[in-house]
Amino acid sequence: MRNKYLAVPYVVWMAVFVVAPLVLVVVYAFTARDGGLTLSNFTSMHQYVGVFGNSFLLALIATAVCLAVGYPMAFLLAREGERIRQIAIMLIMLPMWMNFLLRTYAWMSLLEDTGLINRLLSLLHLPTLHMINTPGAVVLGMVYNFLPFMVLPIYSVMEKIDPKVIEAAQDLGADSVTVFRRIILPLSLPGVLSGITMVFIPSVSTFVITQLLGGSMTMLLGDLIQTQFMGTAYNPHLGSAIALVMMLLVLVCMAIMNRFGEGEEGAVML
Amino acid sequence: MSKELIRLTDCVMKFDDEVVLDHLNLYINDREFLTLLGPSGCGKTTTLRIIGGFQRPTSGDVFFDGVRINDVPPHKRKVNTVFQRYALFTHMNIFENVAFGLRIARTPESEIKRRVEEALALVNLPGYGKRSVNALSGGQQQRVAIARAIVNRPQVLLLDEPLGALDLKLRKDMQIELKKIQQQVGITFIYVTHDQEEALTMSDTVVVMNAGKIQQIGSPEDIYNEPKNAFVADFIGESNIIDGLMHEDFVVGMYGRKFPCLDQGFQPGEQVDVVIRPEDIDIVPVDQGQLTGTVTEVTFKGMHYDIIVDFRGFKWLIQTTDYSPVGERIGVKIDPDGFHIMHKSAYSGMFGDYSSYSAEYEELNEEAPEGDGDEK
Repeated sequence: MRNKYLAVPYVVWMAVFVVAPLVLVVVYAFTARDGGLTLSNFTSMHQYVGVFGNSFLLALIATAVCLAVGYPMAFLLAREGERIRQIAIMLIMLPMWMNFLLRTYAWMSLLEDTGLINRLLSLLHLPTLHMINTPGAVVLGMVYNFLPFMVLPIYSVMEKIDPKVIEAAQDLGADSVTVFRRIILPLSLPGVLSGITMVFIPSVSTFVITQLLGGSMTMLLGDLIQTQFMGTAYNPHLGSAIALVMMLLVLVCMAIMNRFGEGEEGAVML
Repeated sequence: MSKELIRLTDCVMKFDDEVVLDHLNLYINDREFLTLLGPSGCGKTTTLRIIGGFQRPTSGDVFFDGVRINDVPPHKRKVNTVFQRYALFTHMNIFENVAFGLRIARTPESEIKRRVEEALALVNLPGYGKRSVNALSGGQQQRVAIARAIVNRPQVLLLDEPLGALDLKLRKDMQIELKKIQQQVGITFIYVTHDQEEALTMSDTVVVMNAGKIQQIGSPEDIYNEPKNAFVADFIGESNIIDGLMHEDFVVGMYGRKFPCLDQGFQPGEQVDVVIRPEDIDIVPVDQGQLTGTVTEVTFKGMHYDIIVDFRGFKWLIQTTDYSPVGERIGVKIDPDGFHIMHKSAYSGMFGDYSSYSAEYEELNEEAPEGDGDEK
């Protein structure tokens, strides 16, 4: 029975910091400034369809790029020797230990019109590029910041694939393409799914990256919600409603993905 | 005898500086059940992996049906493997596991269905196709692994300690079943094990290996009855190995006495190793014994007693159904066919003394499943 009491702090924690805020968000979303019940927060949301679309599109692109870069990286890494793996994993993790804001500021000074890259280009008498405050810069920021979250789960699943299973497939006549398609890819799917989840969710709700690298040109959901709480358009009721709708949309995305990976082992949901 | 199918000539395998196979020469006949038998790290798994194509010998050649196949990758060889821990595809059901090789060979769907079901029936798992691999017991997974390999109708099936993970009872059943399957499908089986009983039960030919070298090749009867050196005598069954002197043909001397035996062809006066199997020794009253000794240990084994008897400081193991209490003086009698005489070898003096009986027994019974040393 002691076990029961050990769980108390966690239950209290969850209640106070997870369940209660969620309830508050729901309450705010369905009420007006005067405290009366209303659906107007949701009905007025249609004006932000563009923001929703942009957010999901950019997050999707960032996730796709992360997958395209991260999967081969994880694949190659899983075949390396112990030493190289350790060093590579450390290099992948290293930026994560540096402050998130600082990392993004660094990109700012690289991408600016008078930034490092452009100065280098003009030094070489090449035409300069406008990079900062574009959707591309935002995607770059997302990819840079969230790539480890794609690589690491895929790597950890790939590393656990028994080399004997690969040998068994070769033994049964599979060449390297077939081994990858029929064995490695399906067995690494759980890692891919959790990698997608872990990149997509922070990407879709980020506001620091958009503010620093996207300027005022790219307004995403994170920025929209932020302005409802901190900015000039102060309206926590609308902000809560948007947050709620975003949460639902993300849940729908995850549900679709889970259906996609059905029958696979491993937790996909965060 | 049927024709030769696989030949390894002068194969050397080195990992870094460690020699795992030391100039191995071996040929394997078509439709033969051949077992590579030896302790962990003796090179038997490496030999199998060379035949399967997963390892390339450092030097030496591998021939299949007269063609050199050193450079042929595993997926192009006409052999299939049953792996030690089955290595089933956990993301596929049993049908798809078995069908894997056939699908790669682009076999028509109707034929795949028929052959997979045949293979599953052969390993006693008819109708299991839809089930998940994870829902099977170890013995059943083993059968799926066998079905997955033989469904491709390979000319050779390689089996790497396939029964190592099963419990004793199941292992014995599977031994008989494997032999049956081999006779039914009529192909060559190359079987790797450290379990001498398994080797003797199933094989046509046993290859005893140690330290990267072949110690003896022969039928199970030859290996047991006519071991070539002390290593083989000790590894296959229990043996008392005593220093002896060959006086002349059919007469061997031990403990300063002469004993009639059936062996010949040794130099008169040659120093030899004398092997006496524990079951070939009869206990008789002291005055009728060829030798007399003192019982120092008795262990009940179910079908018999293991009795350790001290003969002037050298301890023998005797297996008998007659109980003798510890401390009793007994006589023993050995028939001429109970002696087996071997030339002295590098292994002389290393085996066959039961002074450290209990320790050795434990080691024999609990020989670990193939460790890392053999799996490189």
